[in-house]
Amino acid sequence: MADTAFDWLNPFASVDLGIATWADGIKQWAISNRELIQPIKRFFETVIVGIEHALQSIPPLVMLAILVLIAWQAAGRRGAIVVGICLGILGLLAPEAWGLAMTTLAIVTASVILCVAIGLPLGVLAGKNDRFEAIIRPVLDTMQTIPAFVYLVPVVMMIGIGNVSGVIVTIIFALPPLVRLTSLGIRGVNPSVVEAARAFGASPGQILRKVELPLATPTILAGLNQTIMLSLSMVVIASMISVKGLGNEVLRAMGRLDAGKAIVGGLGIVMLAIVLDRITQGLGRSGRDRGHLMWWQTGPVGLITALFKKQT
Amino acid sequence: MTDQEDVIRCEGIWKIFGDKSRQAMEAVRRDGLSKKDIREKFDCVVGVQDASFSVGRGEIFCIMGLSGSGKSTLIRHINRLIEPTSGAVFIEGQNVNAMNPEALRRLRAEKIGMVFQSMALMPHRTVRDNVAFSLEVRGVAEAERARVAARAIDMVDLTGWDRKYPDELSGGMQQRVGLARALAADPTILLMDEPFSALDPLIRRQLQGTFMELSAELHKTTVFITHDLDEAIRIGDRIAIMKDGVLVQIGTPEEIVTRPADDYVADFVAGISKLDLVTAARIMQPLAAYVQAHGPQDTSAWPVGKPGCKLNELVDLAVGTDHPILIAADGAAVGVVTKRALLRGIQGRDEERAA
Repeated sequence: MADTAFDWLNPFASVDLGIATWADGIKQWAISNRELIQPIKRFFETVIVGIEHALQSIPPLVMLAILVLIAWQAAGRRGAIVVGICLGILGLLAPEAWGLAMTTLAIVTASVILCVAIGLPLGVLAGKNDRFEAIIRPVLDTMQTIPAFVYLVPVVMMIGIGNVSGVIVTIIFALPPLVRLTSLGIRGVNPSVVEAARAFGASPGQILRKVELPLATPTILAGLNQTIMLSLSMVVIASMISVKGLGNEVLRAMGRLDAGKAIVGGLGIVMLAIVLDRITQGLGRSGRDRGHLMWWQTGPVGLITALFKKQT
Repeated sequence: MTDQEDVIRCEGIWKIFGDKSRQAMEAVRRDGLSKKDIREKFDCVVGVQDASFSVGRGEIFCIMGLSGSGKSTLIRHINRLIEPTSGAVFIEGQNVNAMNPEALRRLRAEKIGMVFQSMALMPHRTVRDNVAFSLEVRGVAEAERARVAARAIDMVDLTGWDRKYPDELSGGMQQRVGLARALAADPTILLMDEPFSALDPLIRRQLQGTFMELSAELHKTTVFITHDLDEAIRIGDRIAIMKDGVLVQIGTPEEIVTRPADDYVADFVAGISKLDLVTAARIMQPLAAYVQAHGPQDTSAWPVGKPGCKLNELVDLAVGTDHPILIAADGAAVGVVTKRALLRGIQGRDEERAA
């Protein structure tokens, strides 16, 4: 390794451990094992395409109304107005903007669902177990800080270009806040309340379901919100591996130095981000903020149930 | 107070906190190390040191000590929220430390109710759902839960508040919810960990009243932790004084006040009024000794009290006459309380029984 003229003052220049070559082996391994991955890939591809079809098949105005109602339910009247305005702007940006936004929304939805499925259990585990937290923390740091282009290549080598790879790179980048904040939420639960639950005979599973998760929900939802925001910020990078949608628009505009088109794509992403942010932030409000009303007692659902009650 | 079977029996409980608690325990057994040695050699802290006591059925057993004396640690051994380093706890003859997790959970949910200083109510659950928690974890049906919770809430005078959330209630009401939660499953044992310490004095008295009424009615075997000797004397059938993890003295309030085991307990009880605590039996001089000292007496004009009379009653008897008080049990005179003995008794000092 250290062949000619080893310099004590600059040892690094003369030592070559061959890490880059070794790491390239991962790529080779990925290529030679592609066939194993294909069935899994096809499954996820079908799911993503299914979500996208569903979103595209709903007429834009109906979709807008649905999202506004969801926002009203989750975040109240003010949130609903903001969401309505943003969706209006999004639709008016360009004739094709709505369709592109739905494609992006489908990718983001698929990514976020998978992030929750992976991140919530990991976060709970990290919140419960100090050693696991110590192990997973550097992994999360790596996931958040390593440039996306580094893992873009191996992922593409293994899975190929397309939506599934897009979802995977998005998960790598967007997962950490959910794990971190779930752990933080679980750790933040008042220990005396957990002790009381124990004293009254609750099992560890019951403590998790009936005490810890409900009390950690606002923090966990803050993590979900961050995960959604980060997955939206990945759409441009994901479009480099042939993911369609608003990100692809920005990427193409960059290639052609078309500032106008870039602004349309960029603003579209921002509008989508505001819509998703308002809805998820609204979800994070605790019962206390809502005046201890259950969710079905407020918003449009509350309106309907109240009407129904009057009639009977 | 009761001579019946022991419901709770703690045998030689040691709790040493720290990574090397096992080795520290070994060293204590072998060489009888002091707390200081354990801290220096093993970097471990002794929480409870060789505590043994038993509580009879229906008895209220107070553990009194200052903060850091280990009383909260000790009470958590009874329902095994804390594992002892050495020793064992028996509840109705069953070794709690030998139970498997499922049996332990059943014991906690069905036999033991606990009230916490910090209330520890679940903020996301209504009063009703908090109260019914122990039934819910046992899988009791909704209708039965509602019925039991309503009864428990009624017991603590909170009827009508069952749909509210804990943060909508005042501190005193929250602790009533805590009490209702502990009583809901109709447990045999109540563990009260400084339940009223965080409340202001007026509310505290009110809740002590509620607790004592309920206690008289329900006859729960109770372990009651407090740092307030007045509270311990008012509530407890027996009191254990705890200092630095050691049970210094266990006895009835009268025993603790009149015969403190050491200077520490003596300091504690110095400020306590003896008027309603100390009985004639404690301060009287045997009749024979009195006669020996003063010659035969005509006792017909003397006021007569019972051995169980408190100092307060004796004072009432004494003010109407210049004679000493004759103490008679079952019609036979047994002793004499002189003015001097009475005054000394109020002071809390033993009158030297001069012959």
